[in-house]
Amino acid sequence: MHFQLTEDQRALQQGMRELLTRGEPGWERLHDVGLFTLRVPEAQDGLGLGLAEAVLAFEEAGRALVRGPLVGSELAATLGRDTAEVVRVPARGPVLVPYLPELTWVLLLDLDGSLRIVPSAGLDARPAQAVDPRMPLWEITGPLPDGELCTAADADRLAAEATLLTAALQCGLAARALADAVDYARTREQFGQPIGAFQAVQHLCADMLARAELARVAVYAAAVSADSEEIAGAKLLADEAAVHNARDCLQVHGGMGFTWEAPVHLLLKRAWAWERAVADREHCLDQLAGHL
Amino acid sequence: MLLSDTPAEADFRHRLREWLGKTLPELPAAPDPSDWPGRRDYDTAWQRRLFDAGYAGIHWPVDAGGKGASPSEHLIFLEETERAGAPYVGASFVGLLHAGPTIAAEGTPAQRARLLPPILRGDEIWCQGFSEPGAGSDLAALRTRAVRDGDSYVVTGSKIWTSHAEVADWCELLVRTDPDAPKHQGITWLAMNMDAPGVTVRPLRTLAGTTEFAELFLDEVRVPAANRVGEENDGWRVTMVTLSFERGTAFASEAVACRREVRELARVARANGAWDDLELRRALATLSAEFAALWRLVQWNVSEAASRGVPGAGGSVFKLRFSEARQHLYDLAARVIGDEALIEGPWTAQRLQGLSYTIAAGTSQIQRNIVAQRILGLPKGR
Repeated sequence: MHFQLTEDQRALQQGMRELLTRGEPGWERLHDVGLFTLRVPEAQDGLGLGLAEAVLAFEEAGRALVRGPLVGSELAATLGRDTAEVVRVPARGPVLVPYLPELTWVLLLDLDGSLRIVPSAGLDARPAQAVDPRMPLWEITGPLPDGELCTAADADRLAAEATLLTAALQCGLAARALADAVDYARTREQFGQPIGAFQAVQHLCADMLARAELARVAVYAAAVSADSEEIAGAKLLADEAAVHNARDCLQVHGGMGFTWEAPVHLLLKRAWAWERAVADREHCLDQLAGHL
Repeated sequence: MLLSDTPAEADFRHRLREWLGKTLPELPAAPDPSDWPGRRDYDTAWQRRLFDAGYAGIHWPVDAGGKGASPSEHLIFLEETERAGAPYVGASFVGLLHAGPTIAAEGTPAQRARLLPPILRGDEIWCQGFSEPGAGSDLAALRTRAVRDGDSYVVTGSKIWTSHAEVADWCELLVRTDPDAPKHQGITWLAMNMDAPGVTVRPLRTLAGTTEFAELFLDEVRVPAANRVGEENDGWRVTMVTLSFERGTAFASEAVACRREVRELARVARANGAWDDLELRRALATLSAEFAALWRLVQWNVSEAASRGVPGAGGSVFKLRFSEARQHLYDLAARVIGDEALIEGPWTAQRLQGLSYTIAAGTSQIQRNIVAQRILGLPKGR
């Protein structure tokens, strides 16, 4: 056993972090840095790497709060296809598709676990007023087209990988929320000292670190084992870390956190969106309970 | 990132499993928890078996009589012994995990030769005299006085939370030798013989009704200066050195045990109908994910310690989450078993014992201070 990043994995992580934090990366740049082709075989001009490397890259994308149909496009690339997003048909409420005009395909994950690849052009949809201003949503208004039905094995694999990559995004977001909170707590002064010197604030931050670290290790382990139960647990922990850390980050920012101007609300709104994406809390819990 | 065993680790695991499979059926029945002499005999007999089989002090350095095993092998040892239901380290805890490693690192050759082999063989039991009624989280505020008198120190004061004091041969004792120095700089580490005149042990009854701990009263106890480990007034550093022996394996056995307990609780829930309650079922699933992740965090921390030689941030994170998750587990057990939770029983005993987990070995509040100040670099308050 040696459950630590290899030299190559550390270099990949560092490189991705530098590339993704240098301003808002456009879709072209994401392609150029290889975010979608990490797992594509070298013979098909990919990098021929594994799930662990994809998870490291997606963690960095989450940290940088990158917009766009990231998870679906990564999966689509492994199928030799163009831009896509994974859309889970929810148990209740509208079917929402993010970034619809940018998509070629929608990977439609149904309640029964089946997966259909649907051309986005065939969808009847109207724009919705999304809570996250940087993740535009469209609501499906017509019937869902049949598309191409994947085999059960492919559907299970793609759903598990989509769950894991989304969890990786949440890990990055959780770590970012912690870093922003700590930065603010060090500089913001009240009662004549940085608010980060108060134990009440320190304990909020300590719990944020614990959440972010545990989720990160869970996601890395799930990437190595590729076990669906472990992936469900990792998504659960990563969602909890992202949402709770974004909330606490907002709390540490006080009144500033409630403004549109401070970027804290963007973290929370994205965490809410990724929490519902692919496998929500109830889905993960019921999957885990099934293994007990 | 590799989670599976290397060939050498797989071989180590295989041989250990074989030995456990052969040895455990030969063990006598475990003694009653209130039978202290019986517990000592049972724990030391187990330690002797480990010694004879070459598993004693597996994580100790070779020159101290240990096996010098890698952190991964140590983790395999803890994992396999727990899975097989082997006896817990018990009365050998302080000797094997704290006093022994301290003497190995800081003791003189004579001290090492006298004190270390009996720990490994299970011949001598140690207890820990650190905390005092007035020095808990703020351990360095300890006031037990030691005054040099010829070749001895004369020690007067009291200690608390001393496990196994009733049956211990030795006590690793922190005393104040310079009351005028800043509090961390006037402390000395002594090996005190528990048979020395002036040592009184009084059992301390916990809220669980058991006497797991004792209070120690020291009235002009003479400790030979030859039993001082490290320099006079350097005891704080001597004590902290042992922490660098911590290789992410603390609580590893308990982490394995908790994963088993979650599955056991799910079986209880299925049998008594609690499983039909969606909320309880999902609460069990939440804990199952938490303990699975905590086990991965143990593996992560052990691997990190193996490659960097020092424990990383993960230890504090683990302690914080694990203590609270265990308490949630036993609170959830109480909901699963219903009104049985008001009657003495195994889950009730765990629930009561569990109340100590967020207090012992650093309260969760102190743990959060450490994380915030040492890992996140937040400033100390004025």
